[in-house]
Amino acid sequence: MDWILTDDRPIWMQLSEQMARRIVAGQYAPGSKLPSVRELAADAGVNPNTMQRALSQLESDGLAVANRTAGRTVTEDTAAIEAIRHRMARQVIGEFLSAVRALGYTREDIIKLLKEEENHE
Amino acid sequence: MSDLLIQSSHLTKTFGHKAALRDVTCSIGRGRIVGLLGPNGSGKTTFIKILCGLLQPTAGTLAVDGEPVGLHSKAIISYLPDRMYFADWMKATDLFDLFQDFYADFDRQKAAEMCRSLGVEPRDRLKTMSKGTKEKVQLVMVMARKAQLYLLDEPIAGVDPAARDFILNTILTNYNEAGTVLLSTHLISDVERVLDEALFLRQGEIILHNSVDNIRESEGKSVDSLFREMFRAVPMEGGRF
Repeated sequence: MDWILTDDRPIWMQLSEQMARRIVAGQYAPGSKLPSVRELAADAGVNPNTMQRALSQLESDGLAVANRTAGRTVTEDTAAIEAIRHRMARQVIGEFLSAVRALGYTREDIIKLLKEEENHE
Repeated sequence: MSDLLIQSSHLTKTFGHKAALRDVTCSIGRGRIVGLLGPNGSGKTTFIKILCGLLQPTAGTLAVDGEPVGLHSKAIISYLPDRMYFADWMKATDLFDLFQDFYADFDRQKAAEMCRSLGVEPRDRLKTMSKGTKEKVQLVMVMARKAQLYLLDEPIAGVDPAARDFILNTILTNYNEAGTVLLSTHLISDVERVLDEALFLRQGEIILHNSVDNIRESEGKSVDSLFREMFRAVPMEGGRF
């Protein structure tokens, strides 16, 4: 698995976002067990305390559940996962729209472009 | 057991009229990986040597695990010096014997396993090994102890970038979780991901001590970029001469 870490923001935030993306994309199924902090930290080549913080963030976001003995699992609340997935998609679309508008396209142009693109695929 | 593993108060070390450390006051907790960062000659090695009792401070006090540097601190510190100190006729297995005698916390089985995963044959004599392999052996000896404090002086300076990642991963996956790792380096971008805290030294003084995440959050840039900015100003001071 690949981890992309940039210089401008705290590492734990980036780790937490990338874990969230994996969960909403179904790479870690709802209710399944997540790898341990140590395993994930070794895989990403980061400090275990940093990974710990990233996973705590997943818990407060409602994507992961901590069990006393069995480590962490992905939440079984598929509605919550879907809500976060939807929010992420909206965010990506928002970024796309502002980028294309910056090129001078109108709403109608953009819809036309998207349809063309769809036909190409 | 004291909460703080290292407590340094107004620590100063001078060599003749030259000050290597000036009024260093800091505390470091347990279970942390701390980067001791600074350009050449900023006092990194001096600080580490005082911690392991190889140098006596000129002034100030230092406590490790709540006690002054001495028998207790030496038993709980695992030190990787910046140079090789083993006799070259020895085999890694001879070193295992030596460490088993000297340190109650040395885990021989772990050392053998680490040698295997690092691709080192423990029955080879040190003098037949390449420089990089010798460094790996030295790292194995240090990390196979279940120490409270690992002092690593430039653990990645002499190896190629691929081996660097390998060594950092070895440190990450092998340090005792309740223990603290203090590692000195000037190769910040390579170690930044593994650090909890960064401690910047300049001309023997601490100029910054904060968590890596806090630095990134407040500065909006990596510790490496911040370091480059802070130390870019240094050549200007040469104008005084």
